[in-house]
Amino acid sequence: MALLEVRNISKTFRGLRAVAEVSFDVPEGGIVALIGPNGAGKTTCFNMIAGSFRPDGGTVTLAGRRIDGLRQDQICHAGIGRTFQIVRPFAQLTVEENVIVGALNATGSVSVARGEARRALDMVGLGPKAGQMAASLTLPERKRLEIARAMATHPRILLLDEVMAGLRPLETDQMVQVFRTLNRETDLTILLIEHVMRAVMALAGHVIVLNHGETICAGPPEQVVRDPAVLECYLGEEAL
Amino acid sequence: MIQALFDWPTPRALAVWAALAVCLLLAPLVVGSYALSVLVLVLYFAYVGQAWNVMMGFAGQLSLGHSLYIGVGAYVSAVLFVRYGVSPWAGAVAAMAICAVIGAVIGFLAFRFSISGVYFALLTIAFAEFSRIGFDHISFVGASAGLFLPVAQRTHNDLLHLRGSPVMFYYVMLALSALALFLCRALRGSKTGYYWLAIREDQEAAQALGIDIFGYKMRAVVLSAAMTSLGGVFFAFYYNNLFPEQIFAINRSIELILGPIIGGLGTLVGPLLGAFVLTVLAESLRSATDALGLNLPGLQLLFYGVCLMVVIIFLPNGIWPALKGRLGFDDDRRSGD
Amino acid sequence: MPLDLLANVTIGGVLTGLVYGLMALGLSVIFGVVRVVNFAHGEMMTVAMYAAVLAFAWFRLDPLWAILPIGVLLFVFGYILQSRLINPFITRPEHSQFILLVAVATILTNGMLMIFGPDARNAQVGYAYDSFQIGPILLDKVRVYAATAAILVASALFAFFRYAPTGKAIRACADNQLGALVVGLDVKRLYALTFGIGAACVGAAGCLMVLLIDVTPTLGPVYTLLGFTIVIVGGLGSMAGALLGGILIGLSEALAGLLLVPSAKSMFGFALLILVLLFRPQGLMGKRT
Repeated sequence: MALLEVRNISKTFRGLRAVAEVSFDVPEGGIVALIGPNGAGKTTCFNMIAGSFRPDGGTVTLAGRRIDGLRQDQICHAGIGRTFQIVRPFAQLTVEENVIVGALNATGSVSVARGEARRALDMVGLGPKAGQMAASLTLPERKRLEIARAMATHPRILLLDEVMAGLRPLETDQMVQVFRTLNRETDLTILLIEHVMRAVMALAGHVIVLNHGETICAGPPEQVVRDPAVLECYLGEEAL
Repeated sequence: MIQALFDWPTPRALAVWAALAVCLLLAPLVVGSYALSVLVLVLYFAYVGQAWNVMMGFAGQLSLGHSLYIGVGAYVSAVLFVRYGVSPWAGAVAAMAICAVIGAVIGFLAFRFSISGVYFALLTIAFAEFSRIGFDHISFVGASAGLFLPVAQRTHNDLLHLRGSPVMFYYVMLALSALALFLCRALRGSKTGYYWLAIREDQEAAQALGIDIFGYKMRAVVLSAAMTSLGGVFFAFYYNNLFPEQIFAINRSIELILGPIIGGLGTLVGPLLGAFVLTVLAESLRSATDALGLNLPGLQLLFYGVCLMVVIIFLPNGIWPALKGRLGFDDDRRSGD
Repeated sequence: MPLDLLANVTIGGVLTGLVYGLMALGLSVIFGVVRVVNFAHGEMMTVAMYAAVLAFAWFRLDPLWAILPIGVLLFVFGYILQSRLINPFITRPEHSQFILLVAVATILTNGMLMIFGPDARNAQVGYAYDSFQIGPILLDKVRVYAATAAILVASALFAFFRYAPTGKAIRACADNQLGALVVGLDVKRLYALTFGIGAACVGAAGCLMVLLIDVTPTLGPVYTLLGFTIVIVGGLGSMAGALLGGILIGLSEALAGLLLVPSAKSMFGFALLILVLLFRPQGLMGKRT
């Protein structure tokens, strides 16, 4: 039994079928990437898994327990941590306070949460900026804050939505290192949406490709990037 | 939460607080009766401002109908005292309970139906206005003719029945304000406080971090309602007469939010500072116009309006955050000013 | 319940409701386009009412004719208010805007209190107590004239937004601010224009109100709330909704006054507001955002 099992989830928005019968598994301790052109339905899948809205059909199971239809905070308690595509820091709070909020998911004590927060911040390299206001961070730093905050909730699986977007190659590599370390040392399961293929190739053990709301290919990264159907959806029929 | 109470502020801040406490404790011995009544007013507004601040400054829910809780708190305790001889302390418990329920109802209606922002503010106004007109027609509480407490004697201090000299009321209000301050400080540094701030900042992001939005917003509304009702109890026993038109009026609601907004939304010191600045300025204004022999109804409220406008334009976060930096209290971030 | 009494009250309510609707129309336009909650709306109407009273006292100008000058006066006031004071607040958090306008409202109300004193004033026109008789139905002339004027002003507004280029530009702003900016519309100026129009609307409504009720400085908050109740009941962003809401509120107030205790009639409006906020926040004719 995989940690996260997604079976035939679908979502239609006012006549537009955003996601149609998508299924995949995320094994415990694994790193799975969800890729595809814009509008393929990747973030919609995320949102269904994380509970922003419920699927029109299908099920989402975490460690054997159905979580589709639960509220977002309940899903977080169940063990899913997520970042948002457009970062949402708590601007009027400090960097550390932001992460404390996340850490309080796992404890009722603020001082324990503070310790957890410091650890999470150190892991993403934001330790020195703990006392600064979140509003003063640059975009890459805000992304790291978002990741630290989600991690502080002690998730069993971390959902990362395009966290590499807008990063320079060096920063991307650094971020990849952070995730690799986390995955190796804490067995953290990761499901990520990514456009930056550099990160996908370096991180993912398994890749799922979506287009027009449907799965068109799934498998190890090297195999997926050579698949004709995948190339067609990215480059167009004529390019082939 | 108790542990947060013992997060001592910096020595400098502690010294200032201690000095303030000493001044306030000794004030009645030094100042005249007029100044004392002004101080009572300052503390009253500091208290109800702090109560409102819990809901707005911490949890981000704008209520413009808080006069509802003042009114209900006042009427419940007054009616129990006048009709049934119930001590105001027991009456206060009843007032808090009833207002907590009312707050829960309003909160439930609003949050279940996802009413927020402007619409929530309008909802609170509607409830307050509804009560104003309603109480005007309930003869049991005196309707529009008002409810009167038995003539207060000002000589013998009867704390049990809250009948006595202005000095007694002063200390009661001082105690209430101090309690409110400690409570808010403890809350600010607790899990609840952090969660409230997160909700205020970005509700959906907060929910994704495991925060039960509905539950925490309800806590804020209910606590704020119960705290505010005590202000109403005090009002009833201090002024000894209640009129629905006055106590539920929207002016009352606006009056009590001025302190926290001008002083500093979401801060601990804000409501106290704001209440102090406003009341002192208003009384000075009144003295000045009296001295000039002018009688201008509405001048004080006009003045409040101008203050509000000036603050919201130039110092949108209130006076305290701007002042804090100047006075060098900025390092005291963790305990929440 | 005698039927003709019911009929009289009903029609009276509808006519009054049309004036309410005109006032709410101004609010709807402002909120629908500039997205600012004009908490000073009722106070602006009160200012217009006092202006009409003065115009009548000094120049014997019938409030119906005063609509034009007072409308212009309020237009200018609204334009300046928006462009100078409110504009910087558009990007600020909602509660800041709200509080700014609460401050404006407080200043206006108490300014009027200081200038005019708390006593009620009115404009006693010659036909104040006359009525039209249609069978058993007795229609106050003031109500009929006021309602007619309200319909005329509202129609002019409809036409403006439908056919005039500026009106269409304003609607474009309301629909999609970014898009409007992209195609080169001067959004700030259009916002100021819109606020001015909304203010002119409420100015006209004030002139008409003065025919129906006496004015005191503290009318402001009551009518601000009434305006919001109407706009929310009728549906935000819908001009027809504002008029429809106005008629409904006018009607329910009149009937509540008849069937219940008259002084409690505004409770009905608040109860309606609460119900609509809970169960149909987009109002009767609004679109769900």
